[in-house]
Amino acid sequence: MSSNNLNLTLKVWKQKNSQDKGQFETYQVKDISDEMSFLEMFDVLNEKLIAEGKEPVTFDHDCREGICGACSMYIDGKPHGPWLANTVCQLHMRAYKDGDTVTVEPWRANAFPVIKDLMVDRSAFDRIIQAGGYISVNTGNAQDANNIPIEKQLADDSFAAAACIGCGACVAACKNSSAMLFLSAKVSHLALLPQGAIERKTRVLNMIAQMDAEGFGACTNTGACEAVCPKEISLTNIARLNQEYLLAGLTAEK
Amino acid sequence: MLNSKIPSGPLAEKWTEFKGHCKLVNPANKRKLEIIVVGTGLAGASAASSLGELGYKVKAFCFQDSPRRAHSIAAQGGINAAKNYQNDGDSVFRLFYDTIKGGDYRAREANVHRLAEVSGNIIDQCVAAGVPFAREYGGLLSNRSFGGTQVQRTFYAAGQTGQQLLIGAYQSLERQVALGNVDMYARHEMLDIVIIDGKARGIIARNLVTGKLERHFGHAILLCTGGYGNVFYLSTNAMGSNVTAAWKAHLKGAYFGNPCFTQIHPTCIPVSGDHQSKLTLMSESLRNDGRIWVPKKQNDNRRPNEIPEEERDYYLERRYPAFGNLVPRDVASRAAKERCDAGYGVGSSKQAVYLDYADAIHRYGKGEVNKRNLHNVSEEEVVKLGKEVVKEKYGNLFDMYEKITGENPYEVPMRIYPAVHYTMGGLWVDYELMTTVVGLYCLGEANFSDHGANRLGASALMQGLADGYFVIPYTMGNYLADDIMTKAIPTDHPAFVEAEKAVADRINRLMNIKGKQTVESMHKRLGKIMWEKCGMARNEAGLKEAIVEIQALKKEFWRDIRIPGSIEEMNPELDKANRVADFIELGELMCLDALNRRESCGGHFREESQTEEGEAKRNDEEFSYVAAWQYAGEHQWQLHKEALNFEVAKPTQRSYK
Ligand SMILES: Cc1cc2nc3c(=O)[nH]c(=O)nc-3n(C[C@H](O)[C@H](O)[C@H](O)COP(=O)(O)OP(=O)(O)OC[C@H]3O[C@@H](n4cnc5c(N)ncnc54)[C@H](O)[C@@H]3O)c2cc1C
Ligand code: SF4
Ligand code: FES
Repeated sequence: MSSNNLNLTLKVWKQKNSQDKGQFETYQVKDISDEMSFLEMFDVLNEKLIAEGKEPVTFDHDCREGICGACSMYIDGKPHGPWLANTVCQLHMRAYKDGDTVTVEPWRANAFPVIKDLMVDRSAFDRIIQAGGYISVNTGNAQDANNIPIEKQLADDSFAAAACIGCGACVAACKNSSAMLFLSAKVSHLALLPQGAIERKTRVLNMIAQMDAEGFGACTNTGACEAVCPKEISLTNIARLNQEYLLAGLTAEK
Repeated sequence: MLNSKIPSGPLAEKWTEFKGHCKLVNPANKRKLEIIVVGTGLAGASAASSLGELGYKVKAFCFQDSPRRAHSIAAQGGINAAKNYQNDGDSVFRLFYDTIKGGDYRAREANVHRLAEVSGNIIDQCVAAGVPFAREYGGLLSNRSFGGTQVQRTFYAAGQTGQQLLIGAYQSLERQVALGNVDMYARHEMLDIVIIDGKARGIIARNLVTGKLERHFGHAILLCTGGYGNVFYLSTNAMGSNVTAAWKAHLKGAYFGNPCFTQIHPTCIPVSGDHQSKLTLMSESLRNDGRIWVPKKQNDNRRPNEIPEEERDYYLERRYPAFGNLVPRDVASRAAKERCDAGYGVGSSKQAVYLDYADAIHRYGKGEVNKRNLHNVSEEEVVKLGKEVVKEKYGNLFDMYEKITGENPYEVPMRIYPAVHYTMGGLWVDYELMTTVVGLYCLGEANFSDHGANRLGASALMQGLADGYFVIPYTMGNYLADDIMTKAIPTDHPAFVEAEKAVADRINRLMNIKGKQTVESMHKRLGKIMWEKCGMARNEAGLKEAIVEIQALKKEFWRDIRIPGSIEEMNPELDKANRVADFIELGELMCLDALNRRESCGGHFREESQTEEGEAKRNDEEFSYVAAWQYAGEHQWQLHKEALNFEVAKPTQRSYK
């Protein structure tokens, strides 16, 4: 393993709160090991800023393993940065060269207002789930798990959709700020399973209605979302969502 | 006197007996009872949704921006259940027995038996809620094995089991939010418990976005706030995992059980430098198929692929032929440390051992050749097929390893080293999961209850969901049934005012120190003391030093910390300072507990107490008890002992040979 040290220029979005207009600040970081993660590089920056009596940069993060979906930075025009199928917390400094300038912004979407600096409010996603992203079973009295055999392929496809971490990169990448990839992942996860098929019609109608109410834009099938999704959620899920929606629209009794 | 409220009667009938006789609250009264659930990981989300379904008025809190991001999301390997779907001899009794033995006979039999009894229901419940567990071609659920057992009872969803289980519980929780039964407060941190007439009646929480303090009333309070492994600074826990909620409860009278019982997980990615902010686990499930080894020669600098088979020491297979690479975690971790300390470690730091998949890739490749009825297959083809199988089973873990280290684990063995992972200790609770504060309950990793001195893999998820889905909905009745006449207490009650003022004062004090050192740097120093003196091996002299050092660190912290920004805004440095201040106090108690326990058991290895072969030596005559510590003022604690009685699983020296 090589360990090289980098000096970088960072242009970072600073915004005091949701009312503030916000602006870019430029920072220099020195002696960054290429074995660091991108967020560890921000830790170094923040330690330095605090020591200098300045305000550190606020950003969301928790697991730092690419699974909680908290981290969310728009780096040089790409949600989660340059690596494919990756979250920022998993991005490592090997991706950069000495002397690089890196621009870091928050997710930008009307439905995700900025809380501070790089941290945004993604509670709209929770409310979309509240609209129907579940199976209506109460605790207790479920039948034996192996009484519901599920074809392996279906179970695998459902799992692949359920792997969505709710990060919102798909929204940030989309020029319309559409949440279709996120929504379609949830609809697919549940609709593909026999347990979830029962509520499939109301689920898709209600979730889409909520998505519209939250102010996410329409989907024009550009595919920018799929390209940045850290969990490689596929566009075929959107196709499935559209089918589900059509089916539900045709047969829903209102 | 500690009353663990264990029901009488034969072990296997206690829970049924309890359920048959515990008090019930009728539906009309449930609507009048308010319950606060702090924490919405697996334990909290399952509890909050189940209680909401029953009709209680629930308020749930978490510090992340959404309950879906709780630390539970990161669990990789799987969840145990005594389903015996594999027909390999599993049963409720065996799961119970393995857990007691794995915990080195320091857990309560009655709790563990109940856990094993409800384990099957958890799988049923999760499947009904749409958790996409791995399946076989016939459509039935698939199982894998995990350390410390000889049966296959672990259910999984690739290397993302925690994620899938949490999403299941989260969805049920959001359904209850939509139905109006649960009010969810995300980005909120509980900073104190309010006690009125000796009962827990509310909390003080800080809205992390506005920085404002809030008062919330509850007839009962559930702490489901996870483990405290981050006291070591570096651990596999999420960055935000902390002890604050449990610690505040401790200061208000809840005893802390076995605080020194920490799990050091054998297979994590080694530390790469001072910048390291956390450590990444490589799931224990990898030990199913991977083989662990070091070179037979000390300071061997050859690349792993250049070291011939006969010059490799598969030390776990050598020392523990019966369990081999699947010995429990504490045993595997110590064995790795032993080899590295003796000079056989690998990688640039020499603080690592190899986890090698070459054999497994080959074996799976051969299996595919047979299954697909292929002939004249080249070695390369076999390896290719094998890699595909390994990718399906562990792909996300291998990808994660490559992202972090820049090395491809399909080609070269992974380098791994033990890291802090889980805390068996936690708030002391009785059989009903109530702490020593009346009306205050504790669930999931935050309590001390089921894992003794060492937790077996895939049993934390099981415990969290058991507590939340199947235990607390019953046991709370015993308390709440007598509380139906209590009206909601207005939050201008003096106890609320006083508690809020104490929290505000402390925050002001922290902000006004205006010293020179960052919270992060102090946390790192605490972690170093803990890891070196209260880590994988502990001794009397070291622990005594650690206590002195931690006390000094505490003084320094309160004199010299610097927190930027202001109180009434989003201020992560302030949140962190609040948490680290509590970790420092906890660190002292952990060392005190480790000092008191002059035996080795499970993850607690006292160097003074080992067998000639270097295995942990228990001392049942003197230490067959739960150490429950009562806070008695700064730097002072009183020890209470809950004697452990083993009626069914008679303690023997643990052997995995
Ligand atoms: C990397 C990793 C892999 C693991 N893999 C496995 C596995 O394969 N199988 C297994 O069985 N176990 C595994 N474990 C262990 C298991 O994941 C945890 O023990 C378990 O998920 C803990 O669940 P919990 O609900 O108790 O707590 P958590 O999931 O930690 O949830 C804590 C909750 O409390 C909230 N909270 C904490 N403090 C406060 C406060 N002051 N105010 C408000 N809210 C607060 C948090 O926001 C969060 O919602 C793993 C652990 C790690 C670290
Ligand atoms: S679909 Fe992908 S990008 Fe969108 S929220 Fe889910 S994981 Fe993130
Ligand atoms: S911090 Fe959890 S996904 Fe990045």
